[in-house]
Amino acid sequence: MDSLIFERSRAGRGSRGLAPASPPASELPAQLVRDTAPALPEVSELQVVRHYTRLSQRNFSIDTHFYPLGSCTMKYNPKVCNSLAMLPGFTDRHPYAPAKQGQGFLACMYELQEMLKAATGMQAFSLTPMAGAQGEFAGVAMIMAYHQSRGDTERREIIVPDAAHGTNPATATMCGCTVREIATGAHGDVDLDALRAAVGPHTAGIMLTNPSTLGVFERRIPEIAAIVHEAGGLLYYDGANLNAILGRALPAAMGFDVMHINLHKTFSTPHGGGGPGSGAVGVNARLAPFLPVPMVAQGDDGYRWLTEADCPQSIGRLSAFMGNAGILLRAYVYMRLLGPEGMRRVADYATLNANYLMARLAAAGFRLAYPDRRASHEFIVSLKDLTKATGVTAMDMAKGLLDRGFHAPTTYFPLLVPECLLIEPTETEALEELDAFADALIELRDEARSNPESLKAAPLTLPVRRLDDVRAAKQLDLAWQPTH
Amino acid sequence: MPFIPHTEDEVRDMLGAIGVSSIDELFDEIPAELRIDGLNGVLPALNEAGIKRLMATRAAADTGGLCFIGAGAYDHHIPAAVWAVATRGEFYSAYTPYQAEASQGTLQVIYEYQSMMAELTGLDASNASLYDGATAFAEACLMAVRANRKSKSRRILTTRGMSPAYRAVASALLQGQGLELVELPMADGVTDPQALEALGEQDFAALAIQQPSFLGTLEAVDALTDLAHAQNMLVIGVCNPTSLALLKPPGQWGDAGADVACGEGQPLGIPMSSGGPYFGYMVCRQALVRQMPGRIVGRTVDLDGRPGFTLTLQAREQHIRRSKATSNICTNQGLMVTAATIYMALLGGEGLRRVALQSHANTRALVDGVASLDGVRVAFDNYFHEAVLVLDRPVAPVLESLAQQGVLGGYDLGADYPELGDALLVCATEQRTPADIDNYVRSLGDTLARSRAA
Amino acid sequence: MTEAPDNLKYTPDHEWLRLEDDGTVTLGVTDHAQQALGELVYVELPEAGRELEPGEACAVVESVKAASDVYSPLAGAVTAINDALADTPELVNDSPYADGWLLQLRPADPKTLEDLMDPEAYARFLAESED
Repeated sequence: MDSLIFERSRAGRGSRGLAPASPPASELPAQLVRDTAPALPEVSELQVVRHYTRLSQRNFSIDTHFYPLGSCTMKYNPKVCNSLAMLPGFTDRHPYAPAKQGQGFLACMYELQEMLKAATGMQAFSLTPMAGAQGEFAGVAMIMAYHQSRGDTERREIIVPDAAHGTNPATATMCGCTVREIATGAHGDVDLDALRAAVGPHTAGIMLTNPSTLGVFERRIPEIAAIVHEAGGLLYYDGANLNAILGRALPAAMGFDVMHINLHKTFSTPHGGGGPGSGAVGVNARLAPFLPVPMVAQGDDGYRWLTEADCPQSIGRLSAFMGNAGILLRAYVYMRLLGPEGMRRVADYATLNANYLMARLAAAGFRLAYPDRRASHEFIVSLKDLTKATGVTAMDMAKGLLDRGFHAPTTYFPLLVPECLLIEPTETEALEELDAFADALIELRDEARSNPESLKAAPLTLPVRRLDDVRAAKQLDLAWQPTH
Repeated sequence: MPFIPHTEDEVRDMLGAIGVSSIDELFDEIPAELRIDGLNGVLPALNEAGIKRLMATRAAADTGGLCFIGAGAYDHHIPAAVWAVATRGEFYSAYTPYQAEASQGTLQVIYEYQSMMAELTGLDASNASLYDGATAFAEACLMAVRANRKSKSRRILTTRGMSPAYRAVASALLQGQGLELVELPMADGVTDPQALEALGEQDFAALAIQQPSFLGTLEAVDALTDLAHAQNMLVIGVCNPTSLALLKPPGQWGDAGADVACGEGQPLGIPMSSGGPYFGYMVCRQALVRQMPGRIVGRTVDLDGRPGFTLTLQAREQHIRRSKATSNICTNQGLMVTAATIYMALLGGEGLRRVALQSHANTRALVDGVASLDGVRVAFDNYFHEAVLVLDRPVAPVLESLAQQGVLGGYDLGADYPELGDALLVCATEQRTPADIDNYVRSLGDTLARSRAA
Repeated sequence: MTEAPDNLKYTPDHEWLRLEDDGTVTLGVTDHAQQALGELVYVELPEAGRELEPGEACAVVESVKAASDVYSPLAGAVTAINDALADTPELVNDSPYADGWLLQLRPADPKTLEDLMDPEAYARFLAESED
């Protein structure tokens, strides 16, 4: 561990010149005012720059490492998206500045809404949800609002496949719904008999990802849609895997009524060490009245905001202003750089890369979770046999990959496949990167067979070795304390 | 092909290795009737030079206007080093730190952030951030319902000075779980502690106080905190973080301090950027830490005994989803937190205090300047860095006229606080110079005089 | 192979209960439960005196992997809690049926204990769930 910034602090040091020189004393009542300034670090600007630059060098990132994290779509984040979103005309604009002085920004937002409609087949979009999970919340809340508006108050059950991401059932509960799980079949498709048995007059809707979290296309989606619609429910599309079908298929045509998009996945906005995300939500005409506000409309004299007054049935506001505006600008720039052909190339090359890597690993004897299926933009390898034979787990192999300079794939998700690696190369990776990764996995497997202890000890080449999670949770140390 | 590195030869070799003759074949599992040939309605591609030209034009169209608007987003100076370092690829393009050994940079930044927020708020344990101030407030309400051992109420009392936008968002997010927000009346721009006392017998999980209020006024936080605690409520303090460098933080309110502090982190080095991305902060008393939503970073040791950082208390996120009230929030605003941490390290406590003092002084100067104008009345004497002006005519045309003179004159309070009449919320941060303030006073004076003459 | 001591009663949520000589009932979680959770990092216990309804969640056992509610199948008042777990939650892992007890309660109706699973029924229940 590098020293903490606090440990470099010295009383009286500090970046003069970054704050006002000598502000007047305040006459605020003494009982409302602090006794002393807060004890934040007192360090020089160089110390700050050096400290955080060195910290950044302790990270794996897309800019430095191949990052095949399944379901996260770690594709290249173009620099130009950042530099244009951070033009002063955009960064300096107050959210309550008049629309007349925001026509540039509003034009980008309007065009983004339109392009997302085109890319998905949906009729209307709201850009306000600030993360995929918030998009999900909006989607399920809109489904419930729709049923309520029709007096269909008995519909409170959301169906979720057992392979679904954890946020799906959590979202349903947040909206006051109950969750009903249904099984996935051996070939990765939802079990239609189970679905038929599960739907009824209590069904509000179903939440699905397509391609699913198992990395395969839900082949009978038209039938699934028919079954749910006939029972009076609606279909929600979790857009986490949109990268696999962009420009090749439209979720609206599959029968989905509402969806969210993870702009930080499909449209390459930065992951930033955990956020910010953006979960734009799109609907067909049925649900359009319920979209969260605000949205952008185009009129005779330019662009304007649509608010609660314009959308009386809206589920309301999900953020104080209008969501992650700067992130939306980055997504806009990215979409303009791609154009329609570029978007289709995303799915084409993401799928090509995934299928190639899958073929290489299968040829090398790795066990695929769904060997008879095409990979979508990702696929699953199960290490169950290796674990049984050697004791080396998916986690150990992941740590071994770190030592070889690759970020690990997603491990232990989906829960259905034991000791799994969910591998998503994305379309921006070159062939030699894929080959190097496959070679590394093969070497690691050989090592697991000949010397399993070395993998149990991995990683060995990083700033820290494996960390004591139990101690972290038992002896909570969540903030620096001065030692004197 | 932008961002696609494949050559034709490589594509051929890869298809061969897979055993197909074309990329199209890879999509053969999609039912034929769902396959499309291309997208309609997507704007044609631009190259980098082209999009740069377009965005430069659009950004230029939005430039201009001296900002005197606050109302939840503030124009503070952001040192150049903040974003130069925060947008380093190793921070910008890293993922959530699930592989802790490969993410010690991000994890240590978050730990330092948590430490700074604890110090700023006077409470013990911070999370790694939430989406924004409004959702942080909603999450704090959920947390209070979960955590309050003495009350099973699902009602939260809030001051009328709580941001209307925060109340709107909390309603939208919480009504699906049966939580209800109840407003305490306001008199003279603040909450009367007697109004709280009068509620006496009624049962609430928590009292939420915004300090400074949305109107810029300063609440009697000590009295309100003690009264709320006496009535078995938890106390949630919603505070502007810049103000916390100067004002007594929630951890020191009343006898026992507030239980949870939350709010909008944008003032800490985040550009206003039309409303986002920002971040919400949340800090709580140590005893409540297991009820706090969102990611949390903890310090521990590795196999060799070396200190290191990791995400911790993750099991509680799932558990929180199953208990009395639930949330699906699992992200944090990583990039914004990185920037805010660098900002706080650059300014230090004294620097942040000076920003707060100068902002307060500038707003005083602005208010003093306009108070002498005919047709302007200052509503409340007590304010931090925003103040309410009451005009003798509707606000909207006045703002329009100011905008034409290059001044963004403030936020129209008519929709949210109709009881104040034709009221305007103005803010002058440390960024506004004496010349800017003169400009405002002159422009407002001209506007009022002109329409009076008409 | 998980143990299931003879003199205890069991629930489908993997709690065990033991009727003591003085009429109180001691409650804990089974060996199966502690194995599934992994090393415990924290145990949240109710306050003494709290009245419980049948099926009410009365405690939480937390590991790095999961946090699980513990339910009381009986109505009753909490008479004692195991203070040792505050510093050493791993007692539940090391000794789930003895030193790792969670709480004691005075049941409203001791006869309801008889409706719970005996050791053979619990063992059968575990075997069936593993299929």
